[in-house]
Amino acid sequence: MHRMRAAAAAVALTALAATAACGGGTPTGGGAGDESPKTLTYWASNQGPSIEADKEILTPELKKFEQQTGIKVELEVVPWADLLNRILAATTSGQGPDVLNIGNTWSASLQATGALLPWDAQNFAKIGGRDRFVESALASAGAPGKDPAAVPLYSMAYALYYNKKMFADAGIGKPPATWDELVAAGKTLSKDGKWALGVEGSNLSNNIHQVFVLAKQHGADFFDASGEPDFTSDGAVAAVKQYVGFMAEHKIVAPGNAEYAQNQSLQDFANDKTAMILWQTAATTLASHGMKPDEWGIAPVPVPSGTPGTGQNVNSMVAGINMAVFKNTDNLDGALRFVKFMTSDEEQKILNKTYGSIPPVKSAQQDPAFDSPDLAVLRDTLATSAAPLPQVPAESQFETAVGTAVKELFADAAAGRPITTELVRERLTKAQQQMP
Amino acid sequence: MTIATEGHAPPARPARPGGAGGRRGGAPRLPARLRRLGLPYLLLLPAVLLELLVHLVPMLIGIMMSFKELTQFYIRDWGSAPWRGLENYRVSIDLNAPVGQDLLNSFLVTCAFSLLAVGLCWLLGTTAAIFMQEDFRGRGLLRAVFLTPYALPVYAAVITWAFMFQRDNGMVNHVLHDQLGLTGERPFWLLGGNSFAALAVVAVWKTWPFAFLIVMAALQNIPRELYEAASIDGAGIWQQIRKITLPSLRPINQVLVLVLFLWTFNDFNTPYLLFGEAAPASANLISVHIYQSSFVTWNFGTGSAMSVLLLLFLLVVTAAYLLATSRGRKTADV
Repeated sequence: MHRMRAAAAAVALTALAATAACGGGTPTGGGAGDESPKTLTYWASNQGPSIEADKEILTPELKKFEQQTGIKVELEVVPWADLLNRILAATTSGQGPDVLNIGNTWSASLQATGALLPWDAQNFAKIGGRDRFVESALASAGAPGKDPAAVPLYSMAYALYYNKKMFADAGIGKPPATWDELVAAGKTLSKDGKWALGVEGSNLSNNIHQVFVLAKQHGADFFDASGEPDFTSDGAVAAVKQYVGFMAEHKIVAPGNAEYAQNQSLQDFANDKTAMILWQTAATTLASHGMKPDEWGIAPVPVPSGTPGTGQNVNSMVAGINMAVFKNTDNLDGALRFVKFMTSDEEQKILNKTYGSIPPVKSAQQDPAFDSPDLAVLRDTLATSAAPLPQVPAESQFETAVGTAVKELFADAAAGRPITTELVRERLTKAQQQMP
Repeated sequence: MTIATEGHAPPARPARPGGAGGRRGGAPRLPARLRRLGLPYLLLLPAVLLELLVHLVPMLIGIMMSFKELTQFYIRDWGSAPWRGLENYRVSIDLNAPVGQDLLNSFLVTCAFSLLAVGLCWLLGTTAAIFMQEDFRGRGLLRAVFLTPYALPVYAAVITWAFMFQRDNGMVNHVLHDQLGLTGERPFWLLGGNSFAALAVVAVWKTWPFAFLIVMAALQNIPRELYEAASIDGAGIWQQIRKITLPSLRPINQVLVLVLFLWTFNDFNTPYLLFGEAAPASANLISVHIYQSSFVTWNFGTGSAMSVLLLLFLLVVTAAYLLATSRGRKTADV
């Protein structure tokens, strides 16, 4: 019995995919239909402080949709740790939700699976047209030159959050605008058990977001024009070395941050242990840690020199959430109506206000609520100095391979080993060899 | 347990060829003999069907997947994924390439981890069980406390350990560094080389109560007279343990060690909950490695090939182990 159980355990992972496939009787190649026009299943991503909070925020809006159309939406808020696996299982089995949220960096990877409805001109027409959306947000919804696999729902950008009290105590008048200024301020701030900058060294995605921007500033990309991985260019190596160097060389990051992966750096920031973090839409989380909105300031992420802009002065990725329709939906018409509802001006204003994000819908962005100093920084960054992460099918593998390399380098730095250019290049070479 | 299940299999008697011709006139009736012989099989049928459905079919599908190029481009309709022959296996065991090297490294780490963890689990479990044989006040309570880690939900238990192992705020460093001053700097437990120790501690903590439970039950079956006779003959405690207890536990230990080994070798929850998706190289157990190779990089073909290799390895180990131990026992019994 145990032999058999052990044998089965050995292939438990493959079994997971396999049983998922056994479960459904739907032909995988089957197209979309309109067999159950009165219900929809919606997988929302976790945008608020908790799953429960998301349910409370979304349920009244879904009720509104039901009143308008008679379509009942069954909501499930899926935690980030599970969302991608759930989508993969749904893709494999053909049994999934009708409408779902995806992290916009997954767009091209999921597009390649063919599980998501392509947004061609005809589908866009049903939700009010392609040109309702901000172009940079649409660029993060699928590979260039293809019909997007999703439409933008919430847009976010990185910003520098700084602790006003710690800055005042150290006699620093304004947030740093260049990396040199950040390091200089950092050396003043890092003392007596307090540190200048917080990082999430074991969070692979966050590592990627940071080194992607730094690579842009060094004039490099992690993928070449033909979509092939190019992790070991001088610019990419310099970017990774610079990011890990905040801990290794400049010593303005606490070594303990190397093992952070559950947003502990936000907690440290709220508890006056670190003075700065580079983050996207941190406001609700900081507030939940007991920080008052006037205790932190928001500034654009530093650049090498000058002011944020395009090219080498890019200072954020285009972060955000996209909304996709599962191709196997049995209520295509209802799904499109639901996407139209969620991307309508009114809902865009309500939801983005609540979540502290920026609407990717141009007309909704004009609302004065998005003119507050905090959101203005994010909005301007998105409008002028944000670039989408590489929209290539291998993006997901890239995040794992390079994100892990950065994590290991942080572990080395925390243990006091010097981070040399050769070491960084060696780790990135290894990461590149892991790519398919 | 393996032995017991096999022992229950109905004796295979040749069915009478004449039995099949029993369809004559009215309602078809099977001869009484066939019905009697068929009953055990009929009763087993649901179990066999479920076994096929739950264990064998997914296994076979997994083996099939390992010969396919099942990447993100094909998972939606994986009938259409092209066959790759043995290519996935070649990649997995090519030791000159990073994928093969990583797999080998992960395999060796897993072997070392399993040997250490099983050894410690068995030693702790047996020692504790022997001590608990003596009747003393509070024995029941202590037994219950010992069994607690086994009864706790894995997720809750391991997450608690992950908190305790945190470098800056964890309890482990608080005790070792702040209070006892044993370490010069606060060590990392979830990164770098120490992660192996952290993993082993959690795995042993989580699994040893099982060894304790099984050995404790087995000890009840050793007749007290043996110990009484031995002490009359002048045998000390240590001699009693070596000459009576351990030989009597032998059949139990044989199964116990095998089960512990298979559980530990395949353990996914502990490393995944402690380290997340990217485990440090020194604690990169093979189950997490395979998970990463398939789910995180979306290459289910290679992941399946690695799973099949692991399956083959475990089958070989299990078969060799059973062969070796049962032969040893037969000669000992004679």
